[in-house]
Amino acid sequence: MSLLEVSDLRVSFPTADGLVQAVRGVSFNVEAGQTLGIVGESGSGKTVLTQTLLRLTPGGEITGKAVFNGTDLISMRDDQIRKIRGAEISVIFQDPLTSLHPLYKVGWQIAEMIRNHDRSVSKSAARERAVELLARVGIPQPRQRVDEYPHQFSGGMRQRAMIAMALSLSPKMIIADEPTTALDATVQAQILDLLLDLQRESDTALIMITHDLGVVADIADDVMVMYAGRAAERATKHDIFYEPHHPYTKGLLESIPNSSAAVGRLKPITGQPPSLINLPSGCKFHPRCAYVMDRCLTEEPPLAAVGDNGVHRSACFLPASAAGLTGEAEELRRQAVGSHRHGDAAEVAQAIADSVDTTEGSVI
Amino acid sequence: MSDDDALVRVDNLVKHFPIRSGGLLGRTVGQVQAVDGVSLTIGRGQTLGLVGETGCGKSTLARCIAGLIPVTAGSVTFEGHDITNLSRRAMQPYRREIQMIFQDPYGSLNPRRRVGSIIGEPFAVHNMLSGTARKTKVQELMERVGLNPEHFNRFPAEFSGGQRQRIGVARALALQPKLIICDEPVSALDVSIQAQVLNLLADLQDDFGLSYLFIAHDLEVVRHVSHAVTVMYLGRIAESGPKDPVYDAPRHPYTNALLSAVPSADPEAAASRQRIILTGDVPSPINPPSGCRFHPRCPKAQDLCSQQEPLLEVKAGDPPGHETACHFPVAQGETFARAGRASRTGTA
Amino acid sequence: MSIVTELEVQADTGPEQSIEGRSQWQLTWRRLLHDKVAVTSMIVIVLVAVLAIIAPAFASLTGHGVAQTFPNQGETSAGLPVSPGTHGFLLGTDSVGRDLLVRILYGARISLFVGVLTTLIATVAGVAIGLIAGYFGGWVDGVLARFIDAVLAFPYVVLALALAARFGPSLTLIIIVISFFSWAAVARIVRGQTLSLKEKEYVEAARSLGASPWRIMFFDILPNLLAPVLVLGTLLVPSAIVSRPRCRSSAWASRSRPRAGATSWPRRPTSTSRPGGTSSSRPSPC
Repeated sequence: MSLLEVSDLRVSFPTADGLVQAVRGVSFNVEAGQTLGIVGESGSGKTVLTQTLLRLTPGGEITGKAVFNGTDLISMRDDQIRKIRGAEISVIFQDPLTSLHPLYKVGWQIAEMIRNHDRSVSKSAARERAVELLARVGIPQPRQRVDEYPHQFSGGMRQRAMIAMALSLSPKMIIADEPTTALDATVQAQILDLLLDLQRESDTALIMITHDLGVVADIADDVMVMYAGRAAERATKHDIFYEPHHPYTKGLLESIPNSSAAVGRLKPITGQPPSLINLPSGCKFHPRCAYVMDRCLTEEPPLAAVGDNGVHRSACFLPASAAGLTGEAEELRRQAVGSHRHGDAAEVAQAIADSVDTTEGSVI
Repeated sequence: MSDDDALVRVDNLVKHFPIRSGGLLGRTVGQVQAVDGVSLTIGRGQTLGLVGETGCGKSTLARCIAGLIPVTAGSVTFEGHDITNLSRRAMQPYRREIQMIFQDPYGSLNPRRRVGSIIGEPFAVHNMLSGTARKTKVQELMERVGLNPEHFNRFPAEFSGGQRQRIGVARALALQPKLIICDEPVSALDVSIQAQVLNLLADLQDDFGLSYLFIAHDLEVVRHVSHAVTVMYLGRIAESGPKDPVYDAPRHPYTNALLSAVPSADPEAAASRQRIILTGDVPSPINPPSGCRFHPRCPKAQDLCSQQEPLLEVKAGDPPGHETACHFPVAQGETFARAGRASRTGTA
Repeated sequence: MSIVTELEVQADTGPEQSIEGRSQWQLTWRRLLHDKVAVTSMIVIVLVAVLAIIAPAFASLTGHGVAQTFPNQGETSAGLPVSPGTHGFLLGTDSVGRDLLVRILYGARISLFVGVLTTLIATVAGVAIGLIAGYFGGWVDGVLARFIDAVLAFPYVVLALALAARFGPSLTLIIIVISFFSWAAVARIVRGQTLSLKEKEYVEAARSLGASPWRIMFFDILPNLLAPVLVLGTLLVPSAIVSRPRCRSSAWASRSRPRAGATSWPRRPTSTSRPGGTSSSRPSPC
């Protein structure tokens, strides 16, 4: 049994303008000791998804299941989920400056976390543990640092302190929400290295949320690409980068310099992510898809198997064999599209093609 | 580069910010040495990429060139004219030639002004065009950058991040400048939108012969857009030169570390790359290390490095224009002792 | 929650644009209408303002002038005020037989007039000085900030008394005094806001275009100051209204409306004989 099994999770928020469907049926598994990279842009639902696992999204209407170590997180009571937070699953947030309380010493914050979950731990014991943890995450002079305030730490050290806090209760799973976005490149490398080391040491599962495919290429084992609240594609790292099936994944790779798919001029994906209140019909990606077919306008493709290793799945009507960056794959795609694009679909395709020619990928 | 080709020439620019001890008549107790002796040139129709991490001074340098902050020492020359520390009035004509695009699409546009007014601001400030003529020009600009000209009267809050950045570009283009300083223009945007804006900037350069000073921390992006690259560290230049020699054969240990630290969206390339992990964080520019500023973190540092500051010069075997400031530059194919963890040879 | 706000913003700018983009005014109005307390307050304030405006009409309707005494109908045989409802005096009369309701309405007129006018003056002056101090910084700010502090620290009631003693009490004097001591509060807040606003990137962008400081202050900073200034302004109006009687009752005669023209002060055996007397035995209903 997997450490975490999420089935058909849906989250929506009622607002004055309508129902915002942030997450629309996401399922995935995470095994112990493995790293799942969740990739998506703004509005893809990746942050809402993981925050929902720990029930950090008040006001949302949640359906579906998220079974962690045998019990369903979604149906837990408040006091039960509080025991899980920090102790079994902990979170590392994006901006350590705002995630750490500015008015309490760093050591105190870590110690508080420990004592909150186990009242029997004495203050001095908790403090010792905090010093140990700071040393473990590579902060020099931990005994001094434990009594300092967050503003006295640099960005990289603050993030290390956050990681120390996340580790303090030896959780089985860590959710890292864009932990390195706010950091410099060299510091980012240090932090990713640290996370990997720690993970290997204690066999902790890691869910890494990011918009940066480079980070994913570095540390993920499996990757899930999200678009408009659902998984567009799910595969091992190798397959995502070298055998992408979903046009969105392929488009992302082609729009990033020096990726596995990059050639000369960047090929941006036209248009913008859709409104989560007024989603397009059928496949939510169709207004931006160069391979749009008739079916795409009316039916939303299910997450279907691609390739033969059982792990690779893609939510697209293109044939399963049309995966990858090779010329053959492209030919297969064109064949599939050629016979199945009429009327409305052809109009959409024309609009996309036009916008690429005139103003390079901008659709208002 | 000869004077004829250079659009902008910066000579030994120094910018120090005094640290006051507070109070009405605060004494100066120290200096933040944000930029400490930087010289560079930007050619016509060329893009100079400026990379570096937090505290390296690239943003400060950009603002000195744009005339937004006064310079402590050194000079900035535009088309042969010295524009260092000019009064606002004297700088006015040059403002038409040098424009800026900012990083934060949410902060760089006044939320209380309509987009048409924001883009038309340059015309208003320089008393050019008015009424219908201005409106027409603004709408032309909006179309050129890929915005719907009918959204003339909308507020910035009604646009997405990528569109707001386009508004910033339109504003910068209005007076047909020769140089646009781009301060991290795509860092705050989604990946797929980044490519759109980068392509737009490239097209505009082709159409109008613009020069860019492109500041970013994402080395892959810089590689994609620049003709020449300058790497800064703690207020000084570590390495600079045409793009290909610097990226393919970096001589400075810092450049090597930086390049190896950038995550590449290509797992096989990432795995086969030599990984250099530096220890510690970037030191503060208030008390920079002696000699070569990089020496405390440098895997190749020796005694000389803490005593003597290395000169920025072309090292033996390098093409002209490729300059490095290092006493012990990295040789081709050299794997030097890493001051950190061992490299990972591919993940599962 | 921040997530929801982000999603809302995202939703508003989708490619279909079927959700209309809304201006700040529309959003604010909408929010106002959803808040029941706010709507009730709004109605009350509008009502008070309307009543104040129609006070003269009301006076002529009832036939009771604001300073007109009605020794016969307006007082009982013992010389005491009549109770509400008698002889057409809807709220009764005061001790000298004047219609209380009419006097209250006229009082509202003056109070609102003073309140609004002083707030306007104080706001304009305060914003101007606060903007200049905050934007220019340096010695300009040093001087202006200290000046603001001095004004804030000054005991204005003492000054009011002194001025009243010298120049005699008048409405103009009240307005000047109250304005002079209100602008400093506005200036201080505006200065603080300006200090932070001028670091915004769009201000930097304006400078990079070559905009003059005045242009930046007026077009870029001022519109973003509206929020705190409006709030402060709405707090100043009632405080000005309350300051007025404080000024008056301590030093000045409790005569009737200064603008209502000269009236003969009804003589009573127990009253002081000086028309401009300082006795406060007859507190005016203001």
